[in-house]
Amino acid sequence: MSNTAIFVALFAGVAVWLGVASRLTAKPWENREQPGDVGALKSSPARIGLWLFMAVATSLFSLFLSAYSMRMHQSIGWCHLTIPRIVYANTLVLAAASLAMQLASSAVGRGRRELARNALVAAGALSIAFLAGQVFAWQEIGPSLYFIQGSPAIAFFYVLTTLHGLHLLGGLYVIGRAATRFAGGAELIDLRQTFSLCAIYWHFLLLVWLAVFAVLLFL
Amino acid sequence: MAYVAIADRDAPIHHPHSFIERYIWSQDHKVIAIQYAIVAIFVGLVALVLSGLMRLQLGFPEQFHFVDPEHYYQFITMHGMIMVIYLLTALFLGGFGNYLIPLMCGARDMVFPYMNMLSFWVYLLAVIVLLASFFVPGGPTGAGWTLYPPQAVLTGTPGAGLGIKLMLISLAIFIVAFTMGGLNYVTTVLQARCRGMTLMRMPLSVWGIFMATILGLLAFPALFVSAVMMTLDGTLGTSFFMPAVYSMGQPLDHNGGSPLLFQHLFWFFGHPEVYIVALPAFGIVSDLLSTHARKNIFGYRMMVWAILAIGGLSFVVWAHHMYVSGMNPYFGFFFATTTLIIAVPTAIKVYNWVLTLWKGDIHLTVPMLFAIGFIFTFVHGGLTGLFLGNVTVDLPLSDTYFVVGHFHMVMGVSPILVVFGAIYHWYPKITGRMWNERLGQIHFWMTFLGTYAIYLPMHYLGILGVPRRYYALGNTEFLPQSVHTINAAITIAALVVAASVVIFLYNMIVSLWRGEKAPSNPWKATTLEWQTPDTPPAHGNWGPRLPEVHRWAYDYSVPGAPDDFIPQNVPVDPKLGSGRDHGVHH
Repeated sequence: MSNTAIFVALFAGVAVWLGVASRLTAKPWENREQPGDVGALKSSPARIGLWLFMAVATSLFSLFLSAYSMRMHQSIGWCHLTIPRIVYANTLVLAAASLAMQLASSAVGRGRRELARNALVAAGALSIAFLAGQVFAWQEIGPSLYFIQGSPAIAFFYVLTTLHGLHLLGGLYVIGRAATRFAGGAELIDLRQTFSLCAIYWHFLLLVWLAVFAVLLFL
Repeated sequence: MAYVAIADRDAPIHHPHSFIERYIWSQDHKVIAIQYAIVAIFVGLVALVLSGLMRLQLGFPEQFHFVDPEHYYQFITMHGMIMVIYLLTALFLGGFGNYLIPLMCGARDMVFPYMNMLSFWVYLLAVIVLLASFFVPGGPTGAGWTLYPPQAVLTGTPGAGLGIKLMLISLAIFIVAFTMGGLNYVTTVLQARCRGMTLMRMPLSVWGIFMATILGLLAFPALFVSAVMMTLDGTLGTSFFMPAVYSMGQPLDHNGGSPLLFQHLFWFFGHPEVYIVALPAFGIVSDLLSTHARKNIFGYRMMVWAILAIGGLSFVVWAHHMYVSGMNPYFGFFFATTTLIIAVPTAIKVYNWVLTLWKGDIHLTVPMLFAIGFIFTFVHGGLTGLFLGNVTVDLPLSDTYFVVGHFHMVMGVSPILVVFGAIYHWYPKITGRMWNERLGQIHFWMTFLGTYAIYLPMHYLGILGVPRRYYALGNTEFLPQSVHTINAAITIAALVVAASVVIFLYNMIVSLWRGEKAPSNPWKATTLEWQTPDTPPAHGNWGPRLPEVHRWAYDYSVPGAPDDFIPQNVPVDPKLGSGRDHGVHH
């Protein structure tokens, strides 16, 4: 927990400093005409909003993982979870979804409508397959209350996969809307940003999943 | 398609067409701000009534039979949670943040207006779920506002059935609402400033709200995590936080959970929360002092850096709330050190406020009275914080009224004084009317002296060893008679302060119709919100053209200038200096 906090604080501090040091040392009272830094972050509000949201989600998942680690170390009778095989397969499926989303994004960027459509469908289908796979993993671990109450490791597995799944569902809602616009004949140039943001979000969710998986496996 | 900066786009972002779109499902930041403020103040009044009931019991034990021990704990819990989260956080960020950020930055609206609207309605849902717990069997939770397990979910604690669940669900909903609003505030500050409004030309109010929002975005997830895990412990019977417990001689199903883990998660949120409330207050009070003392804020850059430093440090002090939970002495040493370090940037801010007043042209308007009152209460509460930050001093004092006095002074009274000051300050812009000066002054003096009469004696009670959280003291041997007299006196003072709130509400509501029409810039302030073409600002804020900023927000009393203030959107005259160069010497 404290390690996470120190890491987050350091990371945030360095990032903030690199980004804004020159601006924060300006002397506004001298009333010189200053080069306005309006829109200096050369990107759209939606892009910044997404990065901020990913920061919030990162905080959420790192706190959950810290809680996992503390709960493990602070208690007696901790029993590790045997991760079902299907979870490995799910991980590959999610990676493929992320790849497909990237492909769709770059296809939109290069104006290739057909490819973009196929890649988008593939990304959606693979993501749904991932979610279905996670549900299978639940079945395999034992969906009964008895196991959830008996083993905190299993309870954590449920909570973490549910939370990650909900984030993915939110993403699916967004690409669902993008797909509707796409099918309705929207210009590719208007879809570029949405597709590019979706690709970033899918990579992010893949990274989060890999982190969760690694903690469950190795900690 | 090249990206066009928001400041370079013209035309408002959306157009409301009907009454409902304009005032109910509104996407206008000003309407959303007022909606947020009204709900927050309403729920805050509920919490105020609860505190009055508790004081009746403490001041005159066994006189008021409707306050039994069970209710007392429910009142304490709801009072604390409502005041900290549903009133202060929502009012500073959802209320003032929403109103001031676009206006002070020169934007037409928030960058995601639809999400902003959703944020308010989800917040309202959180409040409804919270208040619903008053009406369920068993009533609201009485676990204390920190909701520590295991007692929060065990039978025997009031509201251990539905009450605690509604509380946790309400918190989770609140966090969703806050995240939607918070993404808006930060992105708007970063992306939607008008031409010339560099980061270092922003008024300190915006800096405070901006940093507080970032803290909230990173800290609220910790509360979310603990709320989710405790809900599961309470409903499904998991053992995240619940250790093996024997209840009435019977073992419960829980096993091996860690109550300390909850405390870490809770305070990892809980301490930044103090600054989520304090930083907007710091920012706003800086602007009030500078405007009403007709002087530039002393050490603007230092003020910004202090806000950033406090924000960063607030994430590494959380365990000072847990000294009595038992911890490794080195751990305690670390947290005591960081806690004392955070006093440095905070003290810098206090010095700068005082130095801003030094040789200023002080106008003792009502907002200024509240701002100066804040300096007193904040210094007072801050100094007792230094006592409690030290492990060895904290241990004997932690469970006494000393702590109650301390935190009410520093994060109850101080931010609320700023809230009052800010409402008086911006009321003419928000409503287009002036309030009654005399009633405002009466409100201030009753509040300021009254809160001192409440909280100053509590420090003395604490040093005598009067324990907090107790429903009644009974005939405890070591407590002198003066304790009971003081408790009665505190209760009377509390009722007087509560009455002053009635005066405030009367003033605010009646002035909506009876108040004088307000000029567009009654305080002769420099910041952009006072330069709007309409008062109150119309939809889209700025008419056909966005403003352009040429100077910082604090050009007061510039030598040679015709007026004693130069608004931010006035071009620079090379013949004039700036307030900063000469302001101190005239």
